[in-house]
Amino acid sequence: MWKGRDVISIRDFKKEDIEHVLKTAERLERELKDEGALKYAGGKILATLFFEPSTRTRLSFESAMHRLGGSVIGFSEASSTSVKKGESLRDTIKTVEQYSDVIVIRHPEEGAARLAAEVADIPVINAGDGSNQHPTQTLLDLYTIKRTFGRIDGLKIGLLGDLKYGRTVHSLSEALTHYDVELYLISPELLRMPKHIVEELRDKGVKIYETSDLESVIPELDVLYATRIQKERFPDEQEYLKVKGSYVITLDLLKNAKESLKIMHPLPRVDEIHPSVDASKHAIYFRQVFSGVPVRMALLGLTLGVVE
Amino acid sequence: MSELKVTAIKEGTVIDHIPAGKGLKVIQILKLDKLNGGALLLAANVHSKKLGKKDIVKIEGRFLSEEEVNKIALIAPSATVNIVREYKVAEKFQVEIPSEIVGILRCANPNCVSNHEYTTPKFYVISKEPLKVRCHYCERTMEEKEILANL
Ligand SMILES: Nc1ncnc2c1ncn2[C@@H]1O[C@H](COP(=O)(O)OP(=O)(O)OP(=O)(O)O)[C@@H](O)[C@H]1O
Ligand SMILES: [Mg+2]
Ligand SMILES: [Zn+2]
Repeated sequence: MWKGRDVISIRDFKKEDIEHVLKTAERLERELKDEGALKYAGGKILATLFFEPSTRTRLSFESAMHRLGGSVIGFSEASSTSVKKGESLRDTIKTVEQYSDVIVIRHPEEGAARLAAEVADIPVINAGDGSNQHPTQTLLDLYTIKRTFGRIDGLKIGLLGDLKYGRTVHSLSEALTHYDVELYLISPELLRMPKHIVEELRDKGVKIYETSDLESVIPELDVLYATRIQKERFPDEQEYLKVKGSYVITLDLLKNAKESLKIMHPLPRVDEIHPSVDASKHAIYFRQVFSGVPVRMALLGLTLGVVE
Repeated sequence: MSELKVTAIKEGTVIDHIPAGKGLKVIQILKLDKLNGGALLLAANVHSKKLGKKDIVKIEGRFLSEEEVNKIALIAPSATVNIVREYKVAEKFQVEIPSEIVGILRCANPNCVSNHEYTTPKFYVISKEPLKVRCHYCERTMEEKEILANL
């Protein structure tokens, strides 16, 4: 059922699909630790097509494929390819699938991964299509929460920062509707979560609290998921600086937090989290980075049909 | 029956029960301004028992494809299509918004892959009233105003 399947949008995932990926990732993480290199994807080739640069996502997919015993071909920016000569995405995909067994694509246009999946006979995994979807980020976020707390149900999760434009928080909150969680939406007035998303979340039974006051909700939270606030979103510099200052996570701010509060961030960060927080028991954002590998191993293995 | 007398056609299509004000839009999207010689009649702001006021479009010598009927459904969900033969209504049906809209609508998102690559645009209807669709490719939603502008 997983063999040959595409991973395009978190919308396509039922709860049991998410759970299966998380379980498989956990198993592979354990096997990797016990046995070192794995051999599941021996002889298989992953093509990474990055029409737009990305360090983390591309490296972790490549690392995942190598850890599974497979190999990798691809490019990391469109300027070095025939796309520059005007080749269509369709033709690029049709060509690359002759060389590989699975494709990972990042592309600046929304819907590019969906189109690639329609064109290709081999599985396609979306590593980001414009401002639309980045499903493997969401899955690794869920995996990080699950590995840390042993569960997702029952948690109080704060989403912080740019909730209006942030693709990561939109997908994550959508995925969290499958679980019994309470969501604290913490953002400046200007960057609140779009109304239609809030309504959709409420319709699906998620308890939602919206606030702009980070400090006052800190004591409630089990997870604080921070995201970057971009300067471009603000009409003037002063407004930006004012807002930015009130959403920096410092050790001082965390004084009233639960012992068990965990802080996540999709990275790269600018100055949303003070570096002094890194060494605290609250910080799990580098562990979150690590999660990218087992989760992507699971997705590669499942879609290739080399793991169950 | 006076309305009928003035505008009777021998063969063709009558699109009835169009919400008042939408008749011209129906003519536009069916590209009826480039007609093949037959008469085109628009009765605007006609009294209607069901709608209060309605528009009617009558097209002589032309019948509609399924795609065209689906387009009408998006603009005028209340419309009925009457097929006229030998001056009589030979067939009548109510238009219906399909659950998937294929090929007849462009995506309003300029950065959508469907506006850059060879694709058949496709949308899922997530609400009929008010009309709201989601692009199969970029997953953005469009509401009535944007939909009408992109037919
Ligand atoms: N030969 C014709 N030429 C032009 N228009 C016609 C012709 N025959 C019927 N129509 C028009 O087609 C529409 C449907 O005709 P019909 O006789 O079924 O009316 P109706 O009983 O009021 O139908 P409905 O229940 O759909 O309102 C009316 O607007 C009518 O004026
Ligand atoms: Mg009538
Ligand atoms: Zn689109």
